[in-house]
Amino acid sequence: MSLNPEGESIRVFMLGWEFPPFISGGLGTACYGLTRAMDSLGIKVTFVLPKKVHGHYATHVKLLTPESRHETETGPPGFKNVQFRWIPSTLEPYSTPQEYLDRLERIRTNHHELFSSLGEGAEHFGSGEHYGRDMYGEVQRYAAIAAELALREEFDIIHAHDWMTYPAGMAAAATTGKPLVVHVHSTEFDRSGEHVNQMIYDIERAGMERAHRVFAVSCRTRNIVINRYGIPGEKVDVIYNGVERNDDRAFSDTRIRSDEKIVLFLGRITMQKGPEYFLQAAQKVLGVMDNVKFVMAGSGDLMHRTIELAADLGIGSKVLFTGFLRGDEVRQIYKMADLYVMPSVSEPFGIAPLEALDHDVPVIISKQSGVSEVLTHALKVDFWDVDEIANKIVAVLKYPQLRSTLKDHGNFEIRKLRWTDSARKCASIYEEMLVPA
Amino acid sequence: MRLRHYTVFDSNDNYFDDHKNASICRKVAHKCYLPANRLLLDLIRKYDGRFRIAYSITGVVLEQFEAYCPEVVSTFDALAATGCVEFLGETYYHSLSFLYSQVEFTEQVDKHTKMIEYLFGQTPRVFRNTELIYNNQLAAALDTTGRFDGVIAEGADHILGSRSPNFVYRPQGCDNLKLLLKNYALSDDIAFRFSNRDWSQWPLTAEKFASWIDDANGNGQVINLFMDYETFGEHQWADTGIFDFLSHLPESVLRHSDNSFKTPSEVIHAYEAMDVIDVPHLISWADTERDLSAWLGNAMQSNAIHELYRLERTVRASRDPDILSDWRKLQVSDHFYYMCTKYFADGDVHKYFNPYDSPYDSYINFMNVLDNLRGRCAAAAQFETIELTSRGRKGESHVPAN
Repeated sequence: MSLNPEGESIRVFMLGWEFPPFISGGLGTACYGLTRAMDSLGIKVTFVLPKKVHGHYATHVKLLTPESRHETETGPPGFKNVQFRWIPSTLEPYSTPQEYLDRLERIRTNHHELFSSLGEGAEHFGSGEHYGRDMYGEVQRYAAIAAELALREEFDIIHAHDWMTYPAGMAAAATTGKPLVVHVHSTEFDRSGEHVNQMIYDIERAGMERAHRVFAVSCRTRNIVINRYGIPGEKVDVIYNGVERNDDRAFSDTRIRSDEKIVLFLGRITMQKGPEYFLQAAQKVLGVMDNVKFVMAGSGDLMHRTIELAADLGIGSKVLFTGFLRGDEVRQIYKMADLYVMPSVSEPFGIAPLEALDHDVPVIISKQSGVSEVLTHALKVDFWDVDEIANKIVAVLKYPQLRSTLKDHGNFEIRKLRWTDSARKCASIYEEMLVPA
Repeated sequence: MRLRHYTVFDSNDNYFDDHKNASICRKVAHKCYLPANRLLLDLIRKYDGRFRIAYSITGVVLEQFEAYCPEVVSTFDALAATGCVEFLGETYYHSLSFLYSQVEFTEQVDKHTKMIEYLFGQTPRVFRNTELIYNNQLAAALDTTGRFDGVIAEGADHILGSRSPNFVYRPQGCDNLKLLLKNYALSDDIAFRFSNRDWSQWPLTAEKFASWIDDANGNGQVINLFMDYETFGEHQWADTGIFDFLSHLPESVLRHSDNSFKTPSEVIHAYEAMDVIDVPHLISWADTERDLSAWLGNAMQSNAIHELYRLERTVRASRDPDILSDWRKLQVSDHFYYMCTKYFADGDVHKYFNPYDSPYDSYINFMNVLDNLRGRCAAAAQFETIELTSRGRKGESHVPAN
């Protein structure tokens, strides 16, 4: 058990974006895995995250108003040492400032329509007026509430996950004087290539500079933190992600089989994930074999362009788009897939390939990913090398012995990637930080 | 014998990376073969027949040296001319053919023998199989040909039991053939441990090593030191002092009057077999397991090699010498070693000698090449049929009309 200098369990004030089952990507999965492992190690965690504000009629009557500021709510079941605090906010992970404005506009319109029908005096209730007028404003508003909340909580360390919570982390550190860790799951360079959003970059950089320690999810990310953000290497540690092993192992042999092979892309359909390389490789594969379908599971800002690209490449009938999948749907798609391909242009870590292996699906991963640092029993490619991606896809589909060797060794290998090891490493760094200077 | 990067989209029949093979050949020639050959030649001359050695060298390597670094072949020729050097028999292509095709195995051994006769003017009389792969059946197969007097195998503990590797033995079921067993402890002291500073015996001097050999006197007649030639200069770099060690070894060993150097054939003629060794299961000299798992340990490896030998009949039916030669070069055991997943994640020797990023990449490359070769066989067979048919028609037209 990890103890603070007073000999008590370490208490962490953790700031996240999302938590299962409401997740849009790997960040939620990682926060869940790490927190659960910390819970099992006896680390006390207060997990603060935005309470989603929807722009839809169906849910918004239950909206928490910003005036209620925050609330204690029972979080997901199964935690002993973790408490959840929700702050109502329009923040959503993986969105751009423009998407934020669009969403805010939708919320306002919906509110207006709903409350004008309720009559006088109701329209300002939850009307979106209190949320930040732009994403930056909302992040700052969120930070202020989090800092206020921090003053009423007892903890030793502040641990903030990804840029949207860095201002909250910095504010909490400023009001309480507690040491700050920022955990980099992804950087603006991964998400946007060279077209970085200056506002986000500035927040990321300020957070990393202000933090006492920076956790990076891979050596690849650590290098970006050092080289692109000018952070001294001695305060940046690599904490690899783990994988939560699938519970229904007993049913894992109930694979859904058909004569047609299925190659899976699962992730957000954005520039970062390299959907066009997947399709270009698909076209080449289809040039030498016929009985194969390519499934793209996920959504994102390049969705429409990707659908068009499939048509332009003349493989429209061979590519299926499922939209965003969750929970059981993800398990179902893994059961159908013969191969998972992650052609990411820049992937700080990439938990999905580990999940694929956990579901006995062999993987091809880009060398430009953090997960390629920890996986040896995977096929590795440069994301731009579509000939090689296609070559490897064909080989996996054609040779069952290759598939089984990759699958067996891969499934075995991921057993070594445990969240408890990640949590232990965090804990030992917390302890270092808490030693009185 | 490295393959070039060959994808499913490639369709030409240049499978081998000639450029890379040439540069590797020249590199090992200059780091190992040339300096070691010259040193050994000097030592043989210096000790005037009292220092003797044997080489086991494959046909493919000799072919490559002839093509890319012919001076290596001339130094071997000079060594052969001293009369103190014996050349052993083996498969021409450093193959595992013994396990898969008796016909192919025999042809490769013959081809190798012919090459040694042609280049060095001697006929191999002692056999060593690829990677020291051995069992009773191999011994029996060699025994019946009558072409070999002895065979060399790994002196693995589990085949020896309480017996010492330092005697000549008889393989189970053989009348004439004798068995020489590699003393792996002493061989590996040089081959693996020589430069290891964590080893309690480091640094290893020729005097110290000779004293260990002396220790066997009274309880053994022969110590078979058998090691990869690249021990000298490549696995153990020149700056480890390996060449100095080698140059002082004859002097240190011969200081003791009971000691002498003999070639394998001389040993076989000098000593009677002490006992019969029974090896029902295959053994090799690889890894701690001393089994075949380095080449055939996973599903990819056995699939690749089975597919390769399944092609034998088609390859022969094509009667195309290029196809036959390519098929044989694909039998080189290294192709399968590169596909080994054992210890892969730990990054040990298997990885060090592997030109591929992963065993999976090596399997994919090999299978793509094999696929193309299969296609060439099919094309050749079709051509053959067309040729036969057209010849048949011509024949018909010559049949007298009445």
